[in-house]
Amino acid sequence: MTAVAGLKEIFTKNLRTSGIYIAFVAIIGLFTVLTDGMLLSPGNLTNIVLQYSYILILAIGMVIVIIGGHIDLSVGSVVALTGATSAIIVIKHGQPWWVGILAALAVGLVVGAWQGFWVAYIGIPAFIVTLAGMLLFRGMTLQVLDNISLSPFPAEYQKVAGGFLNGFLGGNGFDVFTLVIAAIALVGFAVSQFRTRQGRIHYKQAVEAMPLFVLRLVLVSAVVMAFAYQLSKSRGLPIVLIILGVLIMIYTIVTTKTVFGRHVYAIGGNLSAAQLSGVKVKQVNFWIFVNMGFLSAVAGVVYSSRSNGAQPSAGNMFELDAIAAAFIGGASTTGGVGRVTGAMVGALIMAVMTNGMSIMGIDQSVQQMVKGLVLLLAVAFDIFNKRRAGAGR
Amino acid sequence: MSSPILEMRSITKTFPGVKALQDVTLEVASGEIHAICGENGAGKSTLMKVLSGVYPHGSYTGEILFDGEEVRFGSINDSEDKGIVIIHQELALVPYLSIAENIFLGNERRRGGLIDWNQTNADAAELMAQVGLDELPVTPVGALGVGKQQLVEIAKALSKKVRLLILDEPTAALNDSDSEHLLGLLRDLKARGITSIMISHKLNEIASIADSTTIIRDGQTIEKLDMRSGEVTQDRIIRGMVGRDLEHRYPEHEATLGAEVLRVEDWTVYHPTEPGRVVVDKANLTVRAGEIVGIAGLMGAGRTELAMSIFGRSYGSKATGKVFLHGKEISTKTVSEAISHGLAYATEDRKKYGLNLIEDVRSNISAASLGKLSKGGWVNGNEEIQVAEGYRKSMNIKTSTVMALTGKLSGGNQQKVVLSKWIYTDPEVLILDEPTRGIDVGAKYEIYTIINALADAGKAVILISSELPEVLGICDRIYTLAFGRITGQVDRAGATQESLMELMTQEKEPVR
Repeated sequence: MTAVAGLKEIFTKNLRTSGIYIAFVAIIGLFTVLTDGMLLSPGNLTNIVLQYSYILILAIGMVIVIIGGHIDLSVGSVVALTGATSAIIVIKHGQPWWVGILAALAVGLVVGAWQGFWVAYIGIPAFIVTLAGMLLFRGMTLQVLDNISLSPFPAEYQKVAGGFLNGFLGGNGFDVFTLVIAAIALVGFAVSQFRTRQGRIHYKQAVEAMPLFVLRLVLVSAVVMAFAYQLSKSRGLPIVLIILGVLIMIYTIVTTKTVFGRHVYAIGGNLSAAQLSGVKVKQVNFWIFVNMGFLSAVAGVVYSSRSNGAQPSAGNMFELDAIAAAFIGGASTTGGVGRVTGAMVGALIMAVMTNGMSIMGIDQSVQQMVKGLVLLLAVAFDIFNKRRAGAGR
Repeated sequence: MSSPILEMRSITKTFPGVKALQDVTLEVASGEIHAICGENGAGKSTLMKVLSGVYPHGSYTGEILFDGEEVRFGSINDSEDKGIVIIHQELALVPYLSIAENIFLGNERRRGGLIDWNQTNADAAELMAQVGLDELPVTPVGALGVGKQQLVEIAKALSKKVRLLILDEPTAALNDSDSEHLLGLLRDLKARGITSIMISHKLNEIASIADSTTIIRDGQTIEKLDMRSGEVTQDRIIRGMVGRDLEHRYPEHEATLGAEVLRVEDWTVYHPTEPGRVVVDKANLTVRAGEIVGIAGLMGAGRTELAMSIFGRSYGSKATGKVFLHGKEISTKTVSEAISHGLAYATEDRKKYGLNLIEDVRSNISAASLGKLSKGGWVNGNEEIQVAEGYRKSMNIKTSTVMALTGKLSGGNQQKVVLSKWIYTDPEVLILDEPTRGIDVGAKYEIYTIINALADAGKAVILISSELPEVLGICDRIYTLAFGRITGQVDRAGATQESLMELMTQEKEPVR
């Protein structure tokens, strides 16, 4: 009886965090079958990385915004505006590619500071500020582009989202360099996991059993190496995947190991308690939005690079994909809960679904409906979970 | 004596772990004004919630007889159908709607599915005349003062054909003339045959208006006093409210006093939304190192408001006065400033203001001192865990791991987390606001021991409490606060529950 209760507790306790991984595996399995394995083919995996990287980048910023108890509806427009800025400087004025990137990032920071100012210091709900921003920045994009598209970018700029690193170490039919980088990353991951575990043991904290720990590492390694192998059989290591990997690493650390990150969780979890603990709530809220502006600009650069130009309608509805990714990834609608890795898996779930349905030739209209329902169910699951936790108290 | 309109027999209501009401009896005669007295937490409000159906039939034991018939209310609507209307201390009016709309909210005057505005406003005007509210029916309620809003509530009750009106602390937020008017109105209603139950801390009001008084203490009915003879004095009521002996519920403690640490001078706090309303009026107090100073006051006296306004202006629109630490004036305009000067405030409402319930014990303990655990913005997670582990052991927080969510802990353990959080900031002055509210006796004793240990370590401790035995049990010196003013300062040796309660219910400037 108690053993069953214990098992049940372990299961329900971890359902919220592990449920998302189970769902992810299930969805990959489903679409692998439905597409006759096309989904996991080398070419298609590379495609997924290139096609959805900017949504993942946006989702990193969005999950932090949502943990803080806010929302950002303007990121799609900011992607368009920053991409347009870069295009005008590089394409129209013939400046070098890196000047364009720096200008785009600067615009993103200014946009973030603008929105952060209204949210944090004036106290207007983020929903309103960013709804206004959505119109404002879209309008600016139309104005600076004069309503027409700009293209093409020079080859260097295109490489940001379309370039690959390969061939440095040769290989027959597959790229050894890609595999080596993946292996190095895995070793780094394993070492840091091991050190965390050692630290926990040193401070006499509960850790998972050694066999379980090893099993988890082996599983992660197998998945990553298989993924890298498939990439290496196609065109090698996408540059944008490196950018994304670095961002995920940095922001995982920012959210879990820095004072700023802890303050974001505190504000979202209980604003009054955070205030009475001396958290400088206004400052933290301000920087949350500056950061979102910055990541929107990164996404804007990647998107403009991939589409090889700037379009007035670029980034349309991206905010919804990013918000959906955060919520599917386990963020709470009331703030205080969420993880960068969760949001990444949430974004990948959306990516795999969209990509899988596209391969199957399912119409856009149906795709939209499916994505809408998945978002609804994910949040319903969160609310159901919370209600049960509340009733159990 | 007329027949009872209401009889509540053997009402027992338990919450998980706490017996809020135990075998309570209440008998209210038809057409009288009946007062209910008791300390905070004695069970008055719980009893009224049982009566009005907020706690439905089946969630308590015992029976309620109304007009001699047993009634079983499933919700507040059922009790209102019978003519029992409760007016809460926190008024339940919609500020943006007009007086007339508020009066008939949920009970709209209509014709053929549409609201009949002429009828609404005409009926409202009539009800307003009955309660002596001289305003236009179309005036939005938000534009009225608290006193007039109270009258709107009563008019609303009258529109529902009220037979038994329950008022919870009706005059707590009112000034003298508004209180006077309200009491007069209750007498008018009595003349019209409407029975009233009034919960109040203002004993002089009770003495002047009530026909009988029931005293509740620790969830039990203590006695019912007949007030009509005029022989029952305020002292008599006080004795009933507090009459309980101090057993060994408080650990022994001998204070060693040091120099003065905190001095507050002429501290005046204004209400956050009603400009001009003074919540704390020119308060002066001092605390020495190693001293435990009590602030005793009933609910609404301004205790929390005083503490929170000192702690980083966390309450009120404005506060004036001076705060001195070791004789030097300090600024406490923001919470982080207050913390850096060595002030700590552990809130009375730990779930709302004290803890992040969806986070683990570890990050709650470190929440106010992350600066200590970090270098260049990086939190040292392992050291944080070690610190939290240390407090888990030293404070005896009952959880298997500091990674457990605080929301899952019991009240006493949550309180220990709050205390750990503030002790870890290494404060010089600790303000503890109702530190033992809602926790069981065993945990209370542990918390008292912790408070004594803090004083022994040379901290200046301010303990805000409305439980007099607690104040007398552990404080070295006690300030009494009543209606925003400090009405007295007594040493533990010279204080009794009766003398404190007298000071706590004193409305005017002290005479002695």
